[in-house]
Amino acid sequence: MQAVRHPFARDDHEVLWALKDCSFDVARGDLVGIIGRNGAGKSTLLKLLSRITEPTEGEILMYGRVGALLEVGTGFHPELTGRENIYLNGTILGMRRREIAARFDEIVTFAEVERFLDTPVKHYSSGMYVRLAFAVAAHLEPEILIVDEVLAVGDSEFQRKCLGKMEEVAHAGRTVLFVSHNMQAISTLTKRTLVLDRGACVFDGATSDGIAHYRAMQTALVDRAAAYVALPGTAGNHVAAAHVVTSDPGGVHRWGRPIRFEFDLVIPEPASALCFSFQVIDADERSVCHLWCFERDARFRRDAGRYRLTFHVPALRAYRGSYTIRTFLSDRRTFTEFEGLSQLCPFVVTMDGIERQDYEWEEGTSAYLEDHEWVLARDGSSDAPQRGQFHA
Amino acid sequence: MTAAAPLRLAPGQRNIGRELAETWQARDLLYTFADRDLRLRYRQTALGVVWVVLQPLIAAGIFTFVFGTVARMPSDGKPYILFTFAALTGWNLFSGILTRASGCLVGNANLVSRVFFPRLILPLSVMPAAIVDFIVALGMYAVLLVVYGVAPTAALATLPLWMFLLCTGAFGAGLVAASLMVRYRDVQYVLPVAAQLLLYASPVAYAASRVPERWHTLYFLNPLAAAIEGLRWSLLGTEPPAAGAVAWSASVGVVAIITGVFVFRRMERGFADVI
Repeated sequence: MQAVRHPFARDDHEVLWALKDCSFDVARGDLVGIIGRNGAGKSTLLKLLSRITEPTEGEILMYGRVGALLEVGTGFHPELTGRENIYLNGTILGMRRREIAARFDEIVTFAEVERFLDTPVKHYSSGMYVRLAFAVAAHLEPEILIVDEVLAVGDSEFQRKCLGKMEEVAHAGRTVLFVSHNMQAISTLTKRTLVLDRGACVFDGATSDGIAHYRAMQTALVDRAAAYVALPGTAGNHVAAAHVVTSDPGGVHRWGRPIRFEFDLVIPEPASALCFSFQVIDADERSVCHLWCFERDARFRRDAGRYRLTFHVPALRAYRGSYTIRTFLSDRRTFTEFEGLSQLCPFVVTMDGIERQDYEWEEGTSAYLEDHEWVLARDGSSDAPQRGQFHA
Repeated sequence: MTAAAPLRLAPGQRNIGRELAETWQARDLLYTFADRDLRLRYRQTALGVVWVVLQPLIAAGIFTFVFGTVARMPSDGKPYILFTFAALTGWNLFSGILTRASGCLVGNANLVSRVFFPRLILPLSVMPAAIVDFIVALGMYAVLLVVYGVAPTAALATLPLWMFLLCTGAFGAGLVAASLMVRYRDVQYVLPVAAQLLLYASPVAYAASRVPERWHTLYFLNPLAAAIEGLRWSLLGTEPPAAGAVAWSASVGVVAIITGVFVFRRMERGFADVI
C-alpha cells in the first residue's frame, strides 16, 4: 500500500546485506576454500578482500600484498598484441613493469604463444587467449592470493594447470583463498572451508565437514520451488529470472517427460557476439548436459530489452538424482563474462511410474538413460529371438 | 617479506596520504594505460598519426573561413589562421582532457568492477595522450609560423603557465564529470553541449578585447578566457590578459583540482557497485 501511494519512496526495510556477521582468521600459508550458493555473499566477500568495494561496517586486517584473480584476462584488449596485453594485464593486476620484463619469457613459455606474440589477441583462439591470461596471473607473486571460480572456464587441461599452480603458491608459504562451486577442486586443494549462506558465515572448519554441510543445505533447498529471481538492483546484462518447469509440482520431474527451461534475460548492453548457455549439473558437480543459444542473428545481440528465452526438451534423459542449473551469459568476441550463475533452480528427477523388475532404481548408477531395444537369440536355434525395449 | 603494519580496511579508514602513496606506487599502471590509449587511438585508421595534425588544422581552417574571411573578425593584426590556431591548441588541450577524463570510469567499467587499483590512475592516465596531441599541434603551429614569416616573442617563456592553467581546470572538471557519470549517464549528453557553449564563451575565434568593456568582469569570470588569451599572447605576441584575470583563472584551477579530488574520493566507494 505504501508503495502505491509513494511509488518513488525508498523502502528502508529493503536494505539488503550482501554480507553480515562473517568473521574469520586465516593464518599465513593457509589454503582456505569458500563455498555457498549464488547470493550467499561469496563475491561480495572477495570484492571486499580485494578492495574493489569498501565495507559498510566491520573491518579487515591484511598482512602482505594482495593479488586477486576474480576472472581470467581482466583488462585484455582485443586490438592489442599478446606482448602489449601481457604488460597491460600484468600492471592492472599490480605488477611493476620491471617485474613483468623479468618474467616475460617465463610467461610466454607457460602460455605457449611465442609465435603469436605480436599478433593482436582478437585473432587468438579462445584456448590461446585463456592460456595467456592465466600465465600472466600465475606469475603474479602476492603474499595473499584470492581466486574466484577461474576453473569454470577453460578445458580440463587448463583447469589442471590452474590447480597445480595454486598448490604451488600455497606450498611456497603464501595464503590462498579459493572460491568455487567445484567440490572436487575444493576438497583436493583445501583442508579448511568456509560455508556462506545468505550473507552469513554458517560453517568454518574441516573441508570434508564443510562440503557435507553445504550438501545438506542444498538438499533442504530442493524442497522449495525450482525458480530463481535475481536480487533487486542487479545491473548489466543478467539473468533476471530462471525457472525449470518440471513434470510434477515442487521441482520434481519424472524421467523421460518433456521439460522446459525458461530464462528471463535483461540485456541493457547488447553485444555482437552475446551468447547464453546453461548446463544441467548433477549432485557431484558434473555437467550432464549443455544447451545453448549462440544464434548469429539473435535479437538480443542488437536490441536492448528484456527477453524470455525458453528451451524445450521433449524428453529429459538425465537419470534419477538431484540437479541444478549453471548459466553463462557472455560475449564470445571480447571474452567478457557478463554473468555466470550456479546452483540455480534445484530439481530432482525420479523414476516414479517406471517399473523395473528385480532391480530397484538406484541413484548414481548412470548419468542418463538411453532409449533402447534388446534382442536375445539362442545360438543354433531357429526359434524367433526374444525382444524387449525401454523408452521414454 | 610481510609488511610490519597490516592494511586495515574499514568504513571511514581511507586517508588521502595513503591513497596518494598508492597512486604513486601504481605509476607503472598510469604509463601502461596512457600507452594503451595512444596505441589504440590510431591503430586500424588509414591515415594513422596524420589525424593528430589534421584535426586542429581542419578546425582552424573552418574558423578562419567563417570568422576571418566571412565575418571579418579582427585578429590583432596577425594572420587570422595563426590567431585562431594558437587559441585552438589550448582549447583542444582543455577539451581533450575534459572529455577523456569524464569518460574514463564508465569506459573502463569492467576494470573498475573487477580489479582494485588506485582509481585516480584512470583520469590521470588520459593526460599524456592529450599533452602529446598538444605538442604535435605546437609543432604544426611552428610550421605555420615559418610559412607566414612570423617570429615568436619572448612571451613564449610563459607557455608552461598557460598549459598548467588549462590542465588543472580540465582535470578538476573531468574528475567531477567522471564521478557523476558513474551514477548519471546524462553527463555524457550534457558535456558536449556545455563544451560547445564554453568554446564560444572563450576567446578562441575572436579576441577578448572585442568584448564590450562593461562586460569584461563577467566575461573573465570564465577561467578559460584568461588562460586562452595568455596562451595566444605567449605563442603569437597578441595582447596579454590582465593580471587579475590570470590570478582568478589560477585560483579557479586550484579549487577545481581540490573539488575534483574531493568529489572523486567521495563517490569512489560506490564506483564498483553502481557502474
